[in-house]
Amino acid sequence: MQMVRMELSGTSQEILSARDLGIVACTRCSKPAPMGAQTCSRCGHRLVSRDRQSLQRVWAFWTVGLMCYIPANTYPMLKTRTLFQVDESTIIGGAVELAHHGNWGIAFIILFASVVIPLAKFMAVAFLAISVKQRSVTSQRQRHYLYEVVEYIGRWSMIDIFVVAILSSLVQLKSLAAINPGTASIFFALSVIFTMLAAQAFDTRMIWDTQTKDEGLKTND
Amino acid sequence: MDHPDTPLAELPLDEIIVCPQCDAVYRLQRPADGERAACERCHTALITPRDNAGLQIIAVAVAVMVLIIGASVFPFLTIDAAGNRNAVSVLDAALAFAGGPMILLSLATAALIFFIPLLRVLLTLYVLVPIVLDRPPARHAVAAFSLSEELRPWSMAEVFAIGCAVALVKVADLADVGFGPAFYMFGALVVLVIAQDRFLCKWSVWNSLEHPKKS
Repeated sequence: MQMVRMELSGTSQEILSARDLGIVACTRCSKPAPMGAQTCSRCGHRLVSRDRQSLQRVWAFWTVGLMCYIPANTYPMLKTRTLFQVDESTIIGGAVELAHHGNWGIAFIILFASVVIPLAKFMAVAFLAISVKQRSVTSQRQRHYLYEVVEYIGRWSMIDIFVVAILSSLVQLKSLAAINPGTASIFFALSVIFTMLAAQAFDTRMIWDTQTKDEGLKTND
Repeated sequence: MDHPDTPLAELPLDEIIVCPQCDAVYRLQRPADGERAACERCHTALITPRDNAGLQIIAVAVAVMVLIIGASVFPFLTIDAAGNRNAVSVLDAALAFAGGPMILLSLATAALIFFIPLLRVLLTLYVLVPIVLDRPPARHAVAAFSLSEELRPWSMAEVFAIGCAVALVKVADLADVGFGPAFYMFGALVVLVIAQDRFLCKWSVWNSLEHPKKS
């Protein structure tokens, strides 16, 4: 597979944005239209050069997601009933218990996938939302890459919920053992969904606006 | 494209392409089949035409549809411990969260791993079949393709497939776990869903929806 370089305008270094040229592109189907057009003539999507409400929506979803993440960690994720005991463990509690039994590898993976990655996602989204408001030390390319990673990883966090669903339906062995979903699962799912919505609400075009020197902080309109 | 020196600002709108991720503007150049046109500054793929892409996507979509339905009906894991046996299908897994507010989670799980992937496949077929046959686009094809694109992040059949593998590791030392037929279907599904995303050039689809070939 070969990469074709798009032919650039004017000098070979300078990339113009549609906004500079008085053009607004549809975020859904990417068809360009003159600035001021309200809806896309191809797909009917609402046209905005830069989404003014974007950051508000990001922070709203972000806050709800973070609020859901707290009970997701304090309530038990799984209720495991075996012959002699009932065990209700939280995400972190379960990982610590595994570590006690010597399963350091699995404990580490669980902590990484269910604690480190969700927290890193919250921080990344917050960092991106703050960085478009003020000059940032990281390059636009790096921040765009960060966004792509967050957006890509987002849906994979649902894997925890699917594992709980699979275990709860699979391990139903009458009196011998049974696993049932705990209250945390619903909060964890909500947290993942709202983090995904927060990432989707972010208008990535803003990343590329802020640091063009003459335009300064004209990001928000 | 006859005047390569014309500044971008003076080009007609159908001779430019705008990167949907970073708003960079380029002179439209359609790459040859098998090549990719990518944005220079954010590296988003803009146009990725392939020879016979339409037919390939339709073939993959039909396969995905059969697999999703098959994978949901047949059991994907069986467990065996001290004479107790249990086999679960996707439907059982989705309904694991029954009772109280958990029912919402059941519905969401069922949607994410079954209904949304299936709906996306049907929408893809609905949009692409007329295009590939050089017919005028189907009614509401634009709305159908838009919906399919909006649902893309919420279609999680392949995430569920990896979830099966994780669950398997977790119960492996607790009991004898076996694969049902659906497990292999999910394995194939992961590969096909990724292939489908790679084959699909959104720019080309939107372009053919806007300028259908006259047959």
